[in-house]
Amino acid sequence: MNLFGEALRWIGDGSHWGGPGGIDTRIVQHLWVTFAAVGIAAVLAIPLGVLIGHTGRGRLVVVALAGAVRAVPTLGLLTLLGLAIGIGVEAPLLALVALAFPSLLAGAYAGIEAADPGAVDAARAVGMSEWQVVTRVEVPLGASVLIGGIRAATLQVVATATLAAYISDTGLGRYLFSGLKSRDYAQMLAGALLVAALALLLDLLMAALQRASSPTQGKVPS
Amino acid sequence: MGIEFRDVGKTYPDGTVAVTGFSCSIPSHRTLALVGTSGSGKTTLMRMVNRMVEPTTGTVLIDDRDVHELEKVALRRSIGYVPQAGGLLPHRRVVDNVATVPVLTGTTRRAARTAALQLLELVGLDPALGKRYPAQLSGGQQQRVAVARALAADPNVLLMDEPFGAVDPIVRRDLQDQLVQLQAELGKTIVLVTHDIDEAFKLGDQVVILRTGGIVAQTGTPQEILAAPADDFVRDFVGIGRAERSLQTVDVDGRNIVVDGSGRPVGVLT
Ligand SMILES: Nc1ncnc2c1ncn2[C@@H]1O[C@H](COP(=O)(O)OP(=O)(O)O)[C@@H](O)[C@H]1O
Ligand SMILES: [Mg+2]
Repeated sequence: MNLFGEALRWIGDGSHWGGPGGIDTRIVQHLWVTFAAVGIAAVLAIPLGVLIGHTGRGRLVVVALAGAVRAVPTLGLLTLLGLAIGIGVEAPLLALVALAFPSLLAGAYAGIEAADPGAVDAARAVGMSEWQVVTRVEVPLGASVLIGGIRAATLQVVATATLAAYISDTGLGRYLFSGLKSRDYAQMLAGALLVAALALLLDLLMAALQRASSPTQGKVPS
Repeated sequence: MGIEFRDVGKTYPDGTVAVTGFSCSIPSHRTLALVGTSGSGKTTLMRMVNRMVEPTTGTVLIDDRDVHELEKVALRRSIGYVPQAGGLLPHRRVVDNVATVPVLTGTTRRAARTAALQLLELVGLDPALGKRYPAQLSGGQQQRVAVARALAADPNVLLMDEPFGAVDPIVRRDLQDQLVQLQAELGKTIVLVTHDIDEAFKLGDQVVILRTGGIVAQTGTPQEILAAPADDFVRDFVGIGRAERSLQTVDVDGRNIVVDGSGRPVGVLT
C-alpha cells in the first residue's frame, strides 16, 4: 500500500547497511563509476573542446560526431559492449564515458568561444603566447560554462550509472535489478530514491562550483 | 630610426583588400595619426607593427629592423598596445591588468603591482582603484587603465586604436589633453588610429588621411594639410568649409578678435 514509506523503511533498515552489498558500499561504487566515467571523458573531451574553441577549427565535424554519439541509446551501447568485452564494470564504464563525452565537449568549446573576444585579442596583442591566452584568459573566462558541461555530464552519468548493475555487481542499480527479479518493489523504489538523492546532491555541489567559478562572481555589483 | 611602412599591402583571406601599396615613416618620439572613415584600413595598418596582422606585401620596420624577423610574442611585449575598447581582462583586478606585461616578462608580481599603482597615478587615476575589477570602472577610467597597461613595460613604441572612441566628448577631450601631456614627458613613438580628424590634428605630428582600401589621400603635418588639402576628399574630410575651420579676425577696440565662420568669437589674436 504505502510503497514510499516501505522504501524509506527499507533504506533505514540497519541490516541493509554495511558489508559487501550494503547501501554505503553501493553508494561508494556508484560514485566511483560516475567519477571514473566523467573523469575519463573529461580528459578526452575538455582538451579537444578547448582546442576547437580556441582555434575555431573542426567544430562542425566534432559537433556532428558528438551529436551522433548522443543519439546512441546507452542501454543498446551497453549491451553491445557487454557482448564484446564481457561481464564486468568495463563495459558500463565505457558506455558512460560515451554518454558524458558530448556534454563535456560542448561545455568546453562553448565556454572558450564565449570568452570576450576583445579581451582575448588584447591579451594576444600585449604579448601573451597562445598557451597563455588559453590558460590565463579563455579558460578562466569560460570556466563557468565549462563547469556547466561537467555538471550536465555528471547528472546524466550518475542517473545512468544505474545501468552498470545490468551486467556487473556495481552500484545502486543493483537494488533495482534484484528488486525487479524478486518483485521486492520497496527495494526497487529505495534504489531509485537513493540514485535520485545522490544525483540531486551532486548537482547542488556542481551548481555551487559553477557559481564560484563565474569570472566576475562577487566582484561586480549588479 | 622610428617606424617605417614600406609599400605594405593587406588582402584578407576572404578577398577583402584592406590596404594597398602604403608607404610612410615616422621618426622616433613622434606621433603618427592614421585617420579615415570606418573600414579604410587604419587598424589593419597599425596591427602590422606588432604583427597582429601580417602584411601580404611589403615590410614594416622598427628602427630599421624588419618586424617579420622578430619573434612575435617578444615583439608584442616590447610594444604598448591600447585596443579600441579597453580590452581589459574582466577577471583580473585593475592593478593586475596594468601589471600584465611585466609579469609575463618575469618581473615579480609584487614589484609589478607596486609599479602598476604608480602608473595609475601617472594616467590620472586614484591608485585605490587598483583593487577594483574593470567592470567597476567608467568607460573613461577603463581607457586610462588600458593606457597604463600599455606603458607598464616602458615600451618605445605605443599603438593606440581609437583609444578614446568609446567615451563621451568631454571625457575624450580630457583624455586627449592628458595624452598630449604624457607624450611631452615620455616621448614615445606612437601610431594612433582615429576616425576623428580633430583628434588626429591634436595628437599627431604626422597625419595620414586614408580612404577605403588603405589608399593615402594625403600625408603631412596638420598645418600642411590644413594649408593645402590635396583634393576635395581631403577638403571634405578635414571640414575646410566647416564654420569652426574658417576663422577670421575682427577689430574690436584695437584688438584682433578671432571669430569662426558663423561669427562666434573663439579667441584673441596675440
Ligand atoms: N580579419 C579580417 N578578415 C577579413 N576582412 C577584414 C578583417 N579585418 C578587417 N577586415 C576588412 O578590412 C577592411 C579594413 O578594416 P580595418 O583595418 O579594421 O579598418 P578601420 O580600422 O579603418 O575601420 C574593412 O573592409 C574590414 O571589413
Ligand atoms: Mg579600426
